[in-house]
Amino acid sequence: MDKKLDKNELQNLRKIANEVRVDVITMLSAAKSGHPGGSLSVVELVVSLFYWVMNIDPKNPKWEGRDRFHLSKGHACPTLYSVLARLGYFPKDELNKLRQLGGILQGHPHPRTPGVEVASGSLGQGLSVACGMALADRLDRKNSCTYVILGDGELQEGQVWEAAMFASHYRLDNLYVFIDYNRMQIDGKIEEIMNVQPLIKKFESFGFYVNEVDGHNIKEIVDMIGDARKIKGKPKVIIANTVKGKGVSFMENNLDFHGKSPNNGETDKAINELKA
Amino acid sequence: MTEMKMARDAYGELLLELGKKDSRIVVLDADLSVSTKTAKFAKCFPERFFNCGIAEQNMIGVAAGLAASGKIPFVSTFSIFASGRAWEQIRNTVSVCNLNVKIVVTHSGISVGPDGVSHQSLEDIALMRTIPEMVVIVPCDAPEAVAAVKAAIDYKGPVFIRLGRPKVPSIWEGGRFEIGKAQIVKEGSDLTIVACGIMVDEARKACEVLNNKNISVEIINMSSIKPLGTDVLMNSVKKTGCVVTCEEHSIMGGLGSAVAEYLSVHYPVPQRFIGIMDRFGQSGDPQDLMTEYNLSFDNIVKAAEEVLSIKKKS
Repeated sequence: MDKKLDKNELQNLRKIANEVRVDVITMLSAAKSGHPGGSLSVVELVVSLFYWVMNIDPKNPKWEGRDRFHLSKGHACPTLYSVLARLGYFPKDELNKLRQLGGILQGHPHPRTPGVEVASGSLGQGLSVACGMALADRLDRKNSCTYVILGDGELQEGQVWEAAMFASHYRLDNLYVFIDYNRMQIDGKIEEIMNVQPLIKKFESFGFYVNEVDGHNIKEIVDMIGDARKIKGKPKVIIANTVKGKGVSFMENNLDFHGKSPNNGETDKAINELKA
Repeated sequence: MTEMKMARDAYGELLLELGKKDSRIVVLDADLSVSTKTAKFAKCFPERFFNCGIAEQNMIGVAAGLAASGKIPFVSTFSIFASGRAWEQIRNTVSVCNLNVKIVVTHSGISVGPDGVSHQSLEDIALMRTIPEMVVIVPCDAPEAVAAVKAAIDYKGPVFIRLGRPKVPSIWEGGRFEIGKAQIVKEGSDLTIVACGIMVDEARKACEVLNNKNISVEIINMSSIKPLGTDVLMNSVKKTGCVVTCEEHSIMGGLGSAVAEYLSVHYPVPQRFIGIMDRFGQSGDPQDLMTEYNLSFDNIVKAAEEVLSIKKKS
């Protein structure tokens, strides 16, 4: 995980990120429901973690030595599903059955999907779960790490701050928290609905190591995790500055696409843009 | 003289014993470890005890993460703060994943006493029973609490065990408990009383009064509320043809409802409910509260006579 990311590999990860975006649009279009905006904003985070940072074995999702991943902002699961399928956790044709009765790909994550550890979707609960996973690894004296992605709107839930207190109190330095800071929630701009700032000060005062990255820059994300790894004795939070709907011009910063899937015309337009 | 003991004391002692045998066992509490008796475990196994502070929702989430990574977390606090405050966490994170989290709560029911309404959970059985995958157990005494916790460890999945605050008499020596099984405390032929928790002892007192009136009572200890011990229940009501349910809980959604849901479909018989009648609790001496809220043996006797008269008419 601390191997060097060279130019070719970086190029390859960018290509994968673009393909994941195409998958996301295709899946949501087929499902006729779901959340494009927040799925597109976490693509580089999820790709960086699964393709570069984390120690995992897609052929053996329950491998004991694995790093753990938890998507607390569960509504971004199309991105996770695309990455899991591409890595071989399950056949790629499952992606066409997102949100269908009896399918393994639920509207929000559930462990019936290989590669999903614990269910999420009800916001504010994921950091607690990640704390439990990090704690278990420490009890077992494993070197594994736990990575969790939270939404920015989700930070309005009180439980997040209970968990932040816990992570810091128990010095969970094997815990990496990413905030997908796309600045928007369903009802509007976060600063207008319920301001969560100042985030850096908040997390610092809770005892975290805090840093910021461009959440769409894979090199920056990977480097930042490398830097954070050197910090011992405290949990880490990386605030990823992102764009809601990133990569599809008419979805970027457009609240209409928080929880609405693209129609056929929009799907074609989006895929053409991504493939251009 | 039957032994009087707090079930939570037995729980605290058992955790110590289990902790020595099984390193997967970890214990979480939310600043009530002295009352829930997990403090004993904390003292012996500080590296496997996590006080979460007064933050129950996070505590349930942390337990979920620990269970997902192979630990057997025991989570303890007062019943209202687990089943009420953290209900959605229990549903959406623990139970939906069938995670191996054991929620052992204390201070359930009206017998909490002087602390009053804010600390008296009268809805917890209903809240937990409606969640799929959740096993719900209400032990009648300290030995059964021990047996129930042991059974919970052998069972893989979420379990809710509801303990009380006061000392309770032992119904019988050495607890016997099996998930999904009820036990006959006393055999009889005219009437079935199904009780759980401290109401089993009240049912015994009612039985003495009824016996003096030449009424033969069968008492069932229904500690396994979900899954319900239907075999014993069915055999009993086939014999007696009427039933009184007794619980230290709202009559809505608890033991009485579970019994009615089952019997109304499979073997309808006249039923009366002893429980709290859609009221909030309040401060008071536990015994006085039991009387005030119609949970004492004479209320059971009255209900028994009612169902018996209905049975005779039909």
